[in-house]
Amino acid sequence: MSALLFLIILLLTFPVFIIPKAFKYYYTLLVLIGGIIMTSLAGLDVLSGSSHELKAEYLIPVIQKSFVLTIDRLSAFFLIVINITVFVGFIYARGYLRPYYQSHNSLRFSIHYFSYLWLYLSMIMVLLIRDGLPFLIVWEIMALSSFMLVIFDAEDVKIMKTGISYLIQMHVGMFFILIAFLIVGKETGEMSFDALGYYFSNHSNILLFILFFTGFGIKAGFIPLHTWLPQAHPAAPSHVSGVMSGVMIKMGIYGILRVLMSVQYDLLQIGILILIVSLVSGILGVMMAIVQHDLKMLLAYHSIENIGIIGIGIGLGVIGLATGNNGLSLFGFSGGLLHVLNHSLFKSILFFNAGSVYQATHTRNIEHLGGLIKKMPYTAVLFLTGSLAICGLPPFNGFVSEYLIYLGMFKSLSAASLYQSIVLLGTIVGLSLIGGLAIFCFTKAFGMVFLGEARSAKASSAAEVSKDMIFPQYISVAFILLIGLASSWFVKPVFKISAEGFGLTDIDPSVISSVTDLTQLSIISGIFILSVVILLFYRYLHLRSRVVSFEPTWGCGYTSPGPKQQYTATSYAYNYNHLAKPVLQTEKIMKEIREDEIFPARRTFRSHSYDIFRNFLINKPVDLITGFLKQIAVMQTGRIQHYILYAFIFMLIVLILTYFNII
Amino acid sequence: MMIGFTLILITALFFPGIILRTKSIVSGRKGPGILQPVKDIGVLLQKGSVFSKTTSIIFQIAPAITLSCIICATLVIPFANQNAIISFEGDFIFFSYLLALGKFFAIIAALDTGSSFEGMGANREAFFSMLIEPAFFILLATFAMLTGFTSFSDIFNHFFITGNHYVLIYSLLGFYLLVQIALVENSRLPVDDPKTHLELTMIHEVMILDNSGFDKALIHIGTYLKFAVYGSLMYNLMVPSSWSIYLQTALFFGFQAFFAAIVGLVESFMPRNKMNRNPKFILTISSIALIAFMIILILTEKLSQ
Repeated sequence: MSALLFLIILLLTFPVFIIPKAFKYYYTLLVLIGGIIMTSLAGLDVLSGSSHELKAEYLIPVIQKSFVLTIDRLSAFFLIVINITVFVGFIYARGYLRPYYQSHNSLRFSIHYFSYLWLYLSMIMVLLIRDGLPFLIVWEIMALSSFMLVIFDAEDVKIMKTGISYLIQMHVGMFFILIAFLIVGKETGEMSFDALGYYFSNHSNILLFILFFTGFGIKAGFIPLHTWLPQAHPAAPSHVSGVMSGVMIKMGIYGILRVLMSVQYDLLQIGILILIVSLVSGILGVMMAIVQHDLKMLLAYHSIENIGIIGIGIGLGVIGLATGNNGLSLFGFSGGLLHVLNHSLFKSILFFNAGSVYQATHTRNIEHLGGLIKKMPYTAVLFLTGSLAICGLPPFNGFVSEYLIYLGMFKSLSAASLYQSIVLLGTIVGLSLIGGLAIFCFTKAFGMVFLGEARSAKASSAAEVSKDMIFPQYISVAFILLIGLASSWFVKPVFKISAEGFGLTDIDPSVISSVTDLTQLSIISGIFILSVVILLFYRYLHLRSRVVSFEPTWGCGYTSPGPKQQYTATSYAYNYNHLAKPVLQTEKIMKEIREDEIFPARRTFRSHSYDIFRNFLINKPVDLITGFLKQIAVMQTGRIQHYILYAFIFMLIVLILTYFNII
Repeated sequence: MMIGFTLILITALFFPGIILRTKSIVSGRKGPGILQPVKDIGVLLQKGSVFSKTTSIIFQIAPAITLSCIICATLVIPFANQNAIISFEGDFIFFSYLLALGKFFAIIAALDTGSSFEGMGANREAFFSMLIEPAFFILLATFAMLTGFTSFSDIFNHFFITGNHYVLIYSLLGFYLLVQIALVENSRLPVDDPKTHLELTMIHEVMILDNSGFDKALIHIGTYLKFAVYGSLMYNLMVPSSWSIYLQTALFFGFQAFFAAIVGLVESFMPRNKMNRNPKFILTISSIALIAFMIILILTEKLSQ
């Protein structure tokens, strides 16, 4: 891959503004495909080749600065992850944006496509640039372009507000990364990832790591740094939420991994820190997902859960490094990395299908949906595939990565010391709990949205979305099945990446042998699918020769059941809510019926669950600061005389301070 | 290799019958014969089917998928000193997640009918199986820690040759835990009463109200099989794998009958829990599993280090 070609692609994004509206989409697609082909070839080259690293350099003539791109196995892996989802997302976007063609003008589309391209290209550059300052610039471009994408529907004040809140929180994260880089720059004279190794070899490791972790963690969405995530994802158009949740938040994971590759001391503390934060993210993320009524918000909280699972893998990997348990490291890092790929696949299609549901029904409220499987069968099947995969169920891809993480822990248990055993057991329990909660959540989501009877007129008048919104998702589904069924093709390269990246050289051969066991996993998955097919075929033959009739659902003698009597999402989560009360703040808005009220008047009931972290970390401090600033605003009188007085006082103070040599 | 699998299939035939016989003997009734449940399945297979108009393709495919899950989960269970048909590292994770896949489909099939009864059953099933999941994984973790292996076949082959005589304590504890987990997983007393007459108090039964004929037969076969699978896990935990295979075959039948009788006795003498007490009951099982884990920490002398 040549750096010059990459620069040309960067320049090619600008003509989007002058292309006629009808061709804009195709032009953007062309540029995108150009970038994807170029980076994928380079990525595959590095992944398959023996060379550990590939460097491309181009000296920009006028400003005499060289533009350096470096690909190693880790960035190559993330490149592939990005390329798949960004491509699928953009093809899906064509159908999704169609209803907006009339209402939005040409410039809006130009900005949207331009930002999409730049989000893609900035993510690529985040992976390929090692120098601190350019890295921060592309990191910033990534935040800005995604902000532009989120506010596509900027007429809606709520969306604009969410967008701005997103932008601010991204900058808080950027601030932490900047400080971390400045510290490195000051101590080593070079602000880059390559200088980290030198810094870590003779300075405290954990403090700088915490700075980086906070900065990257905000992007990734670890609890309690996640507060932007459940707001921004629902606000964005669905192809954007798919890309943001599928790949953009993974840039945070990439950053953490890149820093971890250089960390040398304090590994145990760092590992435990990552593990605890990830466990909390995983469990609380899915717990909060269950109570959401907004389909996209539910998926957004699930992103937090999955980031938690990825983090558990990484945390275990670091603990393995700290305790000299290379097997645990290998399985932890590999499981985490593979989950990055897996999550990008299933989460993006879940978001796309949530978008399809929104386009067909104009609501994202689960309580108003239902019965969509009969109207939108393709969307339903795709959503079901995504749900099964995200729950980590075999034979889909989510299982493979969780399996690797589990296996690493189970294999380490017998040789672990007392404290390690307790940590491992806690993680196993946490991970199994996450699995159970995810199943609870997605049976609810799929069941309430697609099954039963329609709960509102909007849902009953829905129709399947256009083919070009469905077709591209088959690419993701193909990967989901391929990773689930032919796991060793994917696990081996991932093993290689983590083994090289973290210097896991002397690994017990018995550990590697379990990779061959993945063929056994493929075989049993194959047997499973075969037995399902045989049983269903036999069932078909069997039912053909029997009387089959269709009647209403059994109603316990009640003859006119309506869709309102179905179980709702709230009732489905009722007993769970009861148990999770200490963690979730669910507010019920209603007026109790008093005893003396013989003929109760008309009433409404509403329940709403809050994100406690958002309350404590964002809302409360912001309220405090605005309260304080409002008091200062007394000075803002609007009279020009006062302002001149302020300036005069200021100059006076400066004068006095200079006189006494204070400044 | 196939012996274990075949034995599980055979014992599954008699399992529900023995439970029924035990219950009728204890309550002083004449009761049906041991093969009555199998005959019931035969009857169901003869019948046609009635489907709800609300249901979709999910309702049609779910029972077959659930049964396939249970059958494939059976493949990783070893018998005597023979490995399971398919055995690989971490196969118990696959076992547990495959059963979860079956449950996933059973739950969404129930939601597919649009009935509030079945929605309620689906919710309870999802909720309780979510709570029991950690207990099973703690149990697996203790197996892995005690033996140092990560597949059912290896674990059970090495369970009694770790050289630690206290292993019997664990074998009994594990047996107790597995009985509890099996009762919850199979929706039996005290969590769920399969013979209850009121929809509001059911869990599993209310989920399959709308199933009939062939599909209902598949669901019943799945339930019987799942019992036998858990029974064989307990058996493997109690009997050293080195004993002769003929003796073991006989023992296996005896043990499964014994387990079925225990279930029958539990169901005869215990009332069903109040529904809102179930979470506590299930979480207690997890805590006992944690205690078991502590005991293993002592047994493997990690605590004294």
